[in-house]
Amino acid sequence: MGEFRMPALGADMEQGTLTEWLVHPGDHVSKGDPVAVIETAKSDIEVECFEDGVVSALLAEPGTVLPVGAPLALITSEAETGAVPPVADERAVSRSGEPTASPEPPVAPDILEPAPPPADTVTSPLVRHLAQDKHVDLATVRGTGRGGRITRHDVERAAAPPVRIRATPMARRLASEAGIDLAAVTGTGDAGAVRGADVRGWAAAHPAPDGRREAADHVPKAATAAPHRATSGPATDGPGARDQRRETMRSAIAALMARSQREIPHYYLSRTVDLARAMAWLNAHNRDCPVSRRLLPACLLLKAAARGAREVPELNGHWADGRFHPADTVRLGVAIAVRGGGLVAPVLVDADEDTLPHLMSRLKDLANRARTGRLKSSETGAPTITVTSIGDRGADAVYGVIHPPQVALVGFGAIQDRPCAVDGLLGIRPTVIATLAGDHRASDGATGARYLAAVERLLQQPEEL
Amino acid sequence: MREALTADDRVFLMGEDVGKYGGAFGVSLGLLEEFGPERIRDTPLSEAAFVGAGIGAAIAGLRPIVEVMTVNFSLLALDQVLNNAATLLHMSGGQVSVPIVLRMTTGAGRQLAAQHSHSLEGWYAHIPGIRVLAPATPADARDMLAPALADPDPVVIFEHGSLYNTSSDLSATHHRRADIFSAAVRRQGDDVSLITYGGSLPKALAAADRLAADRVSAEVIDLRSLRPLDDATIMASVRHTNHVVVVDEGWRTGSLAAEISARICEQAFYELDAPVERVCSAEVPIPYARHMEEAALPSTGNIVRAALRTVGRNG
Repeated sequence: MGEFRMPALGADMEQGTLTEWLVHPGDHVSKGDPVAVIETAKSDIEVECFEDGVVSALLAEPGTVLPVGAPLALITSEAETGAVPPVADERAVSRSGEPTASPEPPVAPDILEPAPPPADTVTSPLVRHLAQDKHVDLATVRGTGRGGRITRHDVERAAAPPVRIRATPMARRLASEAGIDLAAVTGTGDAGAVRGADVRGWAAAHPAPDGRREAADHVPKAATAAPHRATSGPATDGPGARDQRRETMRSAIAALMARSQREIPHYYLSRTVDLARAMAWLNAHNRDCPVSRRLLPACLLLKAAARGAREVPELNGHWADGRFHPADTVRLGVAIAVRGGGLVAPVLVDADEDTLPHLMSRLKDLANRARTGRLKSSETGAPTITVTSIGDRGADAVYGVIHPPQVALVGFGAIQDRPCAVDGLLGIRPTVIATLAGDHRASDGATGARYLAAVERLLQQPEEL
Repeated sequence: MREALTADDRVFLMGEDVGKYGGAFGVSLGLLEEFGPERIRDTPLSEAAFVGAGIGAAIAGLRPIVEVMTVNFSLLALDQVLNNAATLLHMSGGQVSVPIVLRMTTGAGRQLAAQHSHSLEGWYAHIPGIRVLAPATPADARDMLAPALADPDPVVIFEHGSLYNTSSDLSATHHRRADIFSAAVRRQGDDVSLITYGGSLPKALAAADRLAADRVSAEVIDLRSLRPLDDATIMASVRHTNHVVVVDEGWRTGSLAAEISARICEQAFYELDAPVERVCSAEVPIPYARHMEEAALPSTGNIVRAALRTVGRNG
């Protein structure tokens, strides 16, 4: 009896989400068969099992997040079930190339019964199930996997041969840049071919909520509106969808930041905060915790920033229609740098009331998903104050640009040991420079100073955060 | 040519009937009287001989302008051009360059029948080692000559017979030296690129006018240099309009139009919103009868129809 456990799919992986089972209880599995799809922070990965046997129980539901090492399934070896060990047989088969029946299913015979593997190919249980579901005869499928193995893709292709969509190269490029399915677009070209104008027309008629399609709108507009030669530049030089997305993000940031500098009279304050107590408390806390539950200093800083915003409500809210609208709750925006450039500022709702461990896990989750571009819509709406913490990149202090319509942006620099005066002596203490960029229309320097003082005071009592 | 002859005494003109007769098309009228028989030389009717002599003179340090009456007869001198002029620099290990300028009339449209109506620019543009120019405007016809003479390698200039009677006031561009490597955008447009050169340029411009009446905005590219081709200008236009019609008076098979179409597919495939259209001559010996000749050659109507097809309008 063996346990199939959540594998570590990378040195930095602490947990994974089981998204799909590729086997059913009763399936025979061989070493190397893919049995489950695990979603990590980076991508979906098909996980292979490490032993031969029969799946006797699935212990986790798809959708659950599990730490590395958590048992996912029980796999019973053939000897334990008393079935004929099939491994040797299968090997013999693949070597001799002669047809043979699949090993007798030890349990749940109805599941396996109609799917004998074809003569000289090795198939995974998943593939056999899929073939059965889609009524595909595996003997007729040409395998494109390793060693001619039939993959899931092969079966899907056999079940539904792809329909070639007639589309011009330009239409294909526009559609792929804008993430549009060409099959949805009605072609007006020769023999129904989809042309560039059809894709643009479709994009105009179906504005996307996620901003991704703005790219598609953007290209044709530039191409027709810009002066003649300028359009042969980067916009139409065929950047991939990823570049396009990055470009879209860049132009969104550009518009927002330019608006901020144009409209908001910023004032800046800074305060050096002694973190000796906070770091000591954090170290003590982390000593008793498994790695997965350890807290990072950023968590303390965010919590303090959120609590500070509750104490100084003059900075927590939005500027609209020529006056300040305070917010009822603290929706803490967290600026997160995105791989390859750009940043997003998703929201931690009620960060001021959350416990530190929970806030930490939310923060990790949020950062991971922000970087893979899979934020929920509830996490992208209207923060009331934003924190940017650029310290891990080594800057001492950050004087930020306020994200309109918010009226304040809190910045934390690197936590560093610095010389400072302690009780009349020169001491070396871990410190952080906290900064505040304030909207002078909504508040004055005194308010900002009160806020930074509150943040400093909160960070001196980490146990109460 | 008068300017070139005045500016550099190494320059001389040689060819059939260029002296006393003033050139088969009147191009050198008056030059014999002005520069004398040493520098305006009538030659016997042997293209191989006088092109070969021109190559020799070029090697020896002169700057010959050799006029071959028409491209049709230049085939007799093709051996000299291909095997001597184009190869000597290479075969001498870079020691011998051949700074000859070959001028010749090309094209059909004047009821001269099958033997006098060829458009073989594509043949010459196939040859590495020579530069091939096709002026389509009076300004280019004059301004390309000086840089062609300055080029240390052989330059072939194709003058389309139907363009000799076009004129324009060149005083505004006086003393301007044209470049001999870039294509020119003769008309800017947004919907379709008409790519052409030489004698087909007026037809393409006329087609652009008619397309404008149909609310199709056509860009007209004059290649000017057929070898090397100015890929950058071509592709910039394709990226802008996404639709292409190549107009070439040569026969379609193996034509310059084929080369341009292939380059567009290689370099700007994902910009294409329709197959590249080609408007070329029918693959027949060019007929004598006017109506049949007109039917065989690219026409403004053909270009308009091809352009409408490519942008997806009736056709």
